[in-house]
Amino acid sequence: MNHFAWASARTISEAAVAASTTVADAMTASPDAAGRGTTSIVKAGGIDLLDLLKENLLAPGTVVSLKEIPGLDAIVEENSGGLRIGSMVTLAKLGDHPVVQQRYPAVFDAVRNSASPQIRNVATLGGNLLQRPRCWYFRAAEHHCLRKGGGHCFAISGENQYHAIFDNRSCAIVHPSTAATALVAIGATVELTNAEGAVRRVLLEDFFVPPDKDIQRENDLEPQEILTAILLPPLSASLRMAHLKQGEKDSFDWPLADVAVVLDLDQEGGCKRAVIVLGAAAPVPYRAKAAEAALAGRRIDENVAKEAANAALHGATPLTKNAYKLPLFETLVRRAILKAAVRP
Amino acid sequence: MATDRTTRTERFPSGIASVGLGEVERQVALDEPPPLPPNAALAVIGKSIPRHNGRAKVTGATHFTVDVILPGMLHGRILRASLPHAKIRAIDISAATRHPGVRAVVLIARPDDPTTAVVRYSGAPIAAVAAVSMAAAEEAVHLIRVDCEPLPFVVDMDKARKQTAPLVYDGASAPTGNASGFPAPTGLPLNGNVRGPATDTRGNAAQGFAQADIVVEGEYRTEVQTHCCLEPHAIVADWRADGLTVHVSTQFTAGVRHELAQAFGLPLSRVRVIVDGMGGGFGSKSSLGNYGRIAVTLSRQAQAPVRIVLDRQEEQIDSGNRPGTWQRLRVGARRDGSLTAISLVSYGTAGVALGAGVGNFAQALYTCPNFESAQHDVFINAGPGCSMRGPGNTPGAWGLEQAIDELAERLSIDPLALRDRIDPSLVRREERRIGAELIGWKRRHAPGADLGPVKHGLGVAQSLWGANVQINSACEVRVMRDGSVEVLSSVQDIGTGIGTVLAQVVAEVLGLRPEAITVRIGDTEFPAGPPSYGSRTTASITPPARTAAWRVLQSLFRDAALVLNVAPSDLIARDGRILIRDDPSRGMSFGEAAARLRTDRISAVAARSDDYGGFRQRMGDAALAQQDLGGVQFAAVAVDTETGIVRVERVVAVQDCGRPMNPLQIESQVQGGVLMGLSYALFENRILDQYTGRMVNPNLEQYKLAGPRETPEIDVVVLENYQGNSATDAYGVAEPSNIATAPAIANAVFNAIGVRLRTLPMTPAVVLAALGKIPSRS
Repeated sequence: MNHFAWASARTISEAAVAASTTVADAMTASPDAAGRGTTSIVKAGGIDLLDLLKENLLAPGTVVSLKEIPGLDAIVEENSGGLRIGSMVTLAKLGDHPVVQQRYPAVFDAVRNSASPQIRNVATLGGNLLQRPRCWYFRAAEHHCLRKGGGHCFAISGENQYHAIFDNRSCAIVHPSTAATALVAIGATVELTNAEGAVRRVLLEDFFVPPDKDIQRENDLEPQEILTAILLPPLSASLRMAHLKQGEKDSFDWPLADVAVVLDLDQEGGCKRAVIVLGAAAPVPYRAKAAEAALAGRRIDENVAKEAANAALHGATPLTKNAYKLPLFETLVRRAILKAAVRP
Repeated sequence: MATDRTTRTERFPSGIASVGLGEVERQVALDEPPPLPPNAALAVIGKSIPRHNGRAKVTGATHFTVDVILPGMLHGRILRASLPHAKIRAIDISAATRHPGVRAVVLIARPDDPTTAVVRYSGAPIAAVAAVSMAAAEEAVHLIRVDCEPLPFVVDMDKARKQTAPLVYDGASAPTGNASGFPAPTGLPLNGNVRGPATDTRGNAAQGFAQADIVVEGEYRTEVQTHCCLEPHAIVADWRADGLTVHVSTQFTAGVRHELAQAFGLPLSRVRVIVDGMGGGFGSKSSLGNYGRIAVTLSRQAQAPVRIVLDRQEEQIDSGNRPGTWQRLRVGARRDGSLTAISLVSYGTAGVALGAGVGNFAQALYTCPNFESAQHDVFINAGPGCSMRGPGNTPGAWGLEQAIDELAERLSIDPLALRDRIDPSLVRREERRIGAELIGWKRRHAPGADLGPVKHGLGVAQSLWGANVQINSACEVRVMRDGSVEVLSSVQDIGTGIGTVLAQVVAEVLGLRPEAITVRIGDTEFPAGPPSYGSRTTASITPPARTAAWRVLQSLFRDAALVLNVAPSDLIARDGRILIRDDPSRGMSFGEAAARLRTDRISAVAARSDDYGGFRQRMGDAALAQQDLGGVQFAAVAVDTETGIVRVERVVAVQDCGRPMNPLQIESQVQGGVLMGLSYALFENRILDQYTGRMVNPNLEQYKLAGPRETPEIDVVVLENYQGNSATDAYGVAEPSNIATAPAIANAVFNAIGVRLRTLPMTPAVVLAALGKIPSRS
């Protein structure tokens, strides 16, 4: 880890001015330099940033803390019935919020099953959504992979057991955020503020960037832009939702697969609309639209859920070592649909 | 044996307490203490005493090696190879040397020296620096320029076995020693990357198989497991004109002292090795290690203390590991279950080192007249293996105990009944009885009996481990004039609680409370203690501790007897008093007796005597007791057949360690063994990239260890097994408690789903594949 200057921003504008470079840009600035010394990087909880610094993947000149900016760590119930979550709200605080538990149980479960209690006490929701992927080739300085501006993907033919089964031809990372799976499913929006104070709101689903659009970044954050809030939309009382995560272990592990399901059921139990999102399946949270279509207009039962679960895997292109994710996702999608359908 | 004037005849308690105790007669030397009664008759030994340094540990007061800070101390950092196989052509250290913070730079790989110019694994040390700060050392290491020629490499054992594989060594450069800690023959042939076979035969296996009604055959594979000590390998080396002092996280202070003396040409009297708190050691801290030698070299060059603490990546890559193995087992039996033949072929890899055998499990566990084995080591371009908690027998048990389970299933004999037939050990027979009752073996059902996707199962597996003793073990006990007492030995407490046990032993002899005994250990200034590996610490150091305490008490008795006007042999020490045996109302307090000492302190030093019944085998400073240590473990699992997740719900571990000295600490240690075995069974795997030769998971994030939510209910039952073999009759427990866990879980998984998993770790990918749930790739 190299020496860097430490700055604490007191306003969003100060932070945005200072945020000369996104982490993604800093890491691809030049293969050896890793943004060495010249860039200024924003720090939220610091969980991911510290990892990147320790692995010598990133060497910023200045680290700008967002911790002192007032209001960024607030959860506010909006008049519309939605929830405004400041980007500096920790996963622990989010997981303790009664409204999140009552109205957005899928988000609640996703957050409470992320990482470990110690990490949730420090990690922020904003940082969680913006963290870099965990691909072990990406995370090792010796492997100059495509995502870091290199010329080769080591995962495609290498150790790819934890990699993507969809959209994995150029870069097979999976998006690391478990919370994102649930947030995309409920239609959350991110609020981005630039140095002039201009605010841009983007549907979270559209905020993520797949590798065929830009292989070097996972999201659409721009330089001198700060993720300031995550907005959870008001939800009708007829919505039901569930999130399931399966890691190799339950203590402090990344998901092998995670699934969020949101169902809008009519009074007879027929499915008016379904949203099914797969995490740890693709470089960005993956909408299983074929599975959603399979549920449309139907009453949910074991067979319908199974049909939809099979449809969810349509188009999957597993790699040499991750075909086990197919039956795993089939199971989780089916179970998540059934869990959502019976959930009050 | 005829009695002579140097020995006396004594009768010792003998047998398993829960079965029934008898007595055994032994000839013991006159200066050995009298037989120690069974635990039920004792005040302190055999009681669950909380460890004496427990509070210090949980409040952060304990000083670990990483906490040692000496005046003027420098920080050492090692430059490591990024290529898995390369010839170093040149190393330019000029820029590093010019760095203002740097005080010393040493080369480990020397381009002009054929034996060190080739690096053979990614992560091998090339050079090292000592600098005034960690940051400066880090910067300086990055300034070293290495020019090297990449060489072809192989990191997969199966590929390395092929004749066309790149060679890790040529015949001249290959190591010949054994790094695994399990005795293995030397001088075996090297063919390509394969060394061996080491063979063993008994009877005639071919004839045995011809007599068999049934033969089960299987191939079993284990992956490389890394040590993951919570406290990393750490050293502070302080080279001075008058001698070398080394603070090091080690399992063997006395051994490291010898290594240092030899490596640096110093007399033993000028080398001191110290360790206070230790955060775990499972074999990888048995010797000095390359980082230790580097720290001393840097200290000598810089003329200042040098600290090296390995980071987690270095821990994973270059601090040793449990070798990966492949074995093919054939077991022949008659219809009644009696074994006719066992045949074992194994290949294992300890990377660039040797010692990847699968132990003596198949040879020794069961009665079988015909046996043959051929074990091979395979070199690959990966970090060296070393001994790790139950080396050899842990992968050995993974194969054999599944083969026996399979045999039972094929013969429709209950796995416990089969073992009752073929296992001669009375210890394990009793352990099976106890464990079966606790786990509820009677409710065990046929595979797949559950209706839903989650299937439950019960499994059993056994453990065999030699009872090791270090002859070169000594202990001193001192009594001060103020009545205070010290026990001293260089033996180290690696987390198992030997300090507490020593206090118990001395307290029992002197009639004091264990808190009253000051424990001074982990320093070679004290009498040489045993290593804490090979499960030998308790067996080696508690008998001399009791003997020394007994001898010093005899001195105290002589003085007290004069005052009380009785013979010294009429006195006993109990409840803090020196009393007349036949008239306990008369006596004096321990403190009063001590106050009459002629000098400020009296002391006795005792060494480990041979086991009273003799040893089975003697190898230098080490020896093997007549009876092996037996263990039996039962596992209850739930397997989700739709996710492939194996959840271990409960483990019952029944373990023999001779006389249990402190059941509370033994339970902790057995729980640790079970957890390590569970983690080995389900999660742990060092993964090397085939194309770059690098470990892709050199951390504790993607190298997966069992955590709190994976921890099952663990019931530990400690057998009380007396053999009349020493002043304490105690043996070790660390390794035997780790050996049976993985196969017990695998056998339970078979009982749950009816499919046998022969490959570690049993991840969802492995389980789903075994269940035929993974579609073939189109």
